[in-house]
Amino acid sequence: MSALTTVASLVYLISAVCYVIGVHLMRSPKTARRGNGLSAVGMFLAVIMIVITIIAEGKITGTGWVVLILGLALGVWYGVARARKVPMTDVPQLVSLFNAVGGGAAAVIGIFDYAVKAGGTHLNVAFSLPVLLDVIIGGITFSGSLIATGKLSGHVPGKPITFPGARLVNVLVVIAILVAAWLMIGLPTNVWFMVLGLIASLVFGLLMTLPIGGADMPVVVSLLNAFTGLAVAFAGFVIDNQVLIIAGALVGAAGTILTLQMADAMNRSVANILAGGFGTGDSNSSSAAD
Amino acid sequence: MSQELYTNLAIFVMSLLVGFEVMSKIPSTLQTPMMSGANAIHGVVVVGAFVIAAEANSWIFYILAFLGAFFAAVNVAGGYTVTDRMLGMFNRPKKSASKEDENK
Repeated sequence: MSALTTVASLVYLISAVCYVIGVHLMRSPKTARRGNGLSAVGMFLAVIMIVITIIAEGKITGTGWVVLILGLALGVWYGVARARKVPMTDVPQLVSLFNAVGGGAAAVIGIFDYAVKAGGTHLNVAFSLPVLLDVIIGGITFSGSLIATGKLSGHVPGKPITFPGARLVNVLVVIAILVAAWLMIGLPTNVWFMVLGLIASLVFGLLMTLPIGGADMPVVVSLLNAFTGLAVAFAGFVIDNQVLIIAGALVGAAGTILTLQMADAMNRSVANILAGGFGTGDSNSSSAAD
Repeated sequence: MSQELYTNLAIFVMSLLVGFEVMSKIPSTLQTPMMSGANAIHGVVVVGAFVIAAEANSWIFYILAFLGAFFAAVNVAGGYTVTDRMLGMFNRPKKSASKEDENK
């Protein structure tokens, strides 16, 4: 390890500790705000460290800087403006929107790295498996969360949307995802297999969320939030960055528990919400509920 | 399996276990802030956006880097801001929230 990598790894470790303690503090109303602040400090440290790292490595091009700074500035401006103006009643759909872009960012990282490396000689499963999990889960949460945002804000009708043969389409889409995944591992020289996987996951995200009613949406948003955590963790495998793995896995697991609690508070089970949604309009909607 | 992959996998599994353990039963009023707070934490994907921007060297990769940076920045900046606003109202319901919308 060079001196820089050592420092960077230690700073990422401190930042990961901030997230864990932050989540811990957020469990109680008295300390919740402090917890969020601590997790923000961890985030700030991680960002400072990556800025120092890419400056020190000096690989980034001038255009790279422009693109990066423009993207970040627009993103911060848009995110903060929306977060400040949103009425408190509209917070769930905003969180869902932020979750969608988080999943999108994770998918973009997977796409980028796969496209960069796919031209090379053979790739091993250790690389292609995290990439495909990253792209597929990221794609599902991106489109799924956007639909959830639409349903909560009324741009998409809140009632379950189903159509004849929806179940068949679901099966076909899942098959497409599996085929794309198989081809990405087996023949990693062609970027188009990844594009197929991405499109199929985007469609799957739509199909998963559309049939679910508006009242169940907060639970689904929380579930998709946990999914994004996993996508981010796999993005961490792809670029070999441990802070992404730790924070992503933390959110994936904590988000899953939170989802179960939220469903519990509504006297529903998560399986019931998802499967019941899938089955709406068919006669045997209860068959998959257990 | 390479040493590197094994290390990352171990970190992943252990972090999952920490995530399961750190979330105990929380009051239902805190569920939405917690969801939002967790959402902000996966905004750490912004670190990955920096990494890919540093590797970009052709127009298609620049577009991807821009998208990644934009998406991740919305996630992380918006996520922390909205969580903090929510929790601020939560703790001090009588205190008026600061109105500083005009500084952008």
